[in-house]
Amino acid sequence: MALINPKKREVQVKIVYYGPGRGGKTTNLEYINRKFKKRILNEMVTVKTYGDRTLFFDFLPFDIGEIKGHSIKIQLYTVPGQVKYNATRRLVLRGVDGIVFVADSMDLRREMNIRSLQNLKENLEAFSKNIFNIPLVMQYNKRDLADEGIPILSEETLQKDLNSRLNAPYFPASAIRGDNVAATMKKIIALTVSSLRKKLQ
Amino acid sequence: MDFTIDFTKEQIESIEDVLQQELIDLGVQSVILMDLAGNVIVNLDNGHANHDVFSLAALAAGNYGAVSAMANIIGEQEFSLLFHKGEKESIHFSKVVEDLLLLTIFNRDVSLGFLRLKVAEAIKRIQTLI
Ligand SMILES: Nc1nc2c(ncn2[C@@H]2O[C@H](COP(=O)(O)OP(=O)(O)O)[C@@H](O)[C@H]2O)c(=O)[nH]1
Ligand SMILES: [Mg+2]
Repeated sequence: MALINPKKREVQVKIVYYGPGRGGKTTNLEYINRKFKKRILNEMVTVKTYGDRTLFFDFLPFDIGEIKGHSIKIQLYTVPGQVKYNATRRLVLRGVDGIVFVADSMDLRREMNIRSLQNLKENLEAFSKNIFNIPLVMQYNKRDLADEGIPILSEETLQKDLNSRLNAPYFPASAIRGDNVAATMKKIIALTVSSLRKKLQ
Repeated sequence: MDFTIDFTKEQIESIEDVLQQELIDLGVQSVILMDLAGNVIVNLDNGHANHDVFSLAALAAGNYGAVSAMANIIGEQEFSLLFHKGEKESIHFSKVVEDLLLLTIFNRDVSLGFLRLKVAEAIKRIQTLI
């Protein structure tokens, strides 16, 4: 539900980073915040509990310039991944225009990825949205762990587990190093904004 | 993509007029009309406020949602008054219609009772415009 303000000729687009707890959603936004400092007018907002975990969400507003004479304001959000925070996760999804699913490549997190994706489907359904119809990008994060000898899931396994039916664009990534963080973001913005173009005359 | 609320330029201008007359002219610092997704629809201020309105709206949407969920848990439809009082500045939230909130930021020069009255009047007028 991107919001168009015809007076200011401004569009607000909501993109949510979703995925299991500790998968690297906040780290994605922190990297974007550092890397694109010039385009970010305000501070990143995070609502944390003690222990540095996302309690409610992170929020990062981001200007990408103009399309058809409208200035586009991208609002990046993350959800809290921990299972117990489903009520707040659902609040953050309200009015979402595009989703990045950040999966954790660690072997041990295989089940958690699958469960989190299932949870996303259900929460979208609560807003009468279908995961097959919403712009979506998959990110397989923490690929760098392989260099430290930590067992990780192969891209094929992740694709089979999470993306065989969705067929979303996907990126292997390392949020901590910044590998493919910008590429992931650019892809979801492109997908989301392209559905907007028709609407802007 | 679905666009639930679309406003025309004329609607936005009429809403701005209402907010200016009912609230800003009476000493309120700043007002934000926003939706529950956290989008800013209209923002006006008295020229001295310099708040990060997009972050405020994102947090207000989350806060409103959380408080509504608490109301449901204890068997209430909603809490009619949402108010955060600071030493100098305070924030008042009010539902305009389903999915739309009016956020008002004001200081000690404006009393809460008076503000509530004015917010109610502004909301009544906005409801006829949308
Ligand atoms: N090795 C590695 N660690 C990462 C990566 N991304 C995030 N982390 C770490 O994983 C932990 C959880 O990250 P965070 O961004 O808070 O996850 P969130 O719960 O999804 O927001 C933190 O300790 C991060 O430093 C990555 O690409 N590689
Ligand atoms: Mg987080």
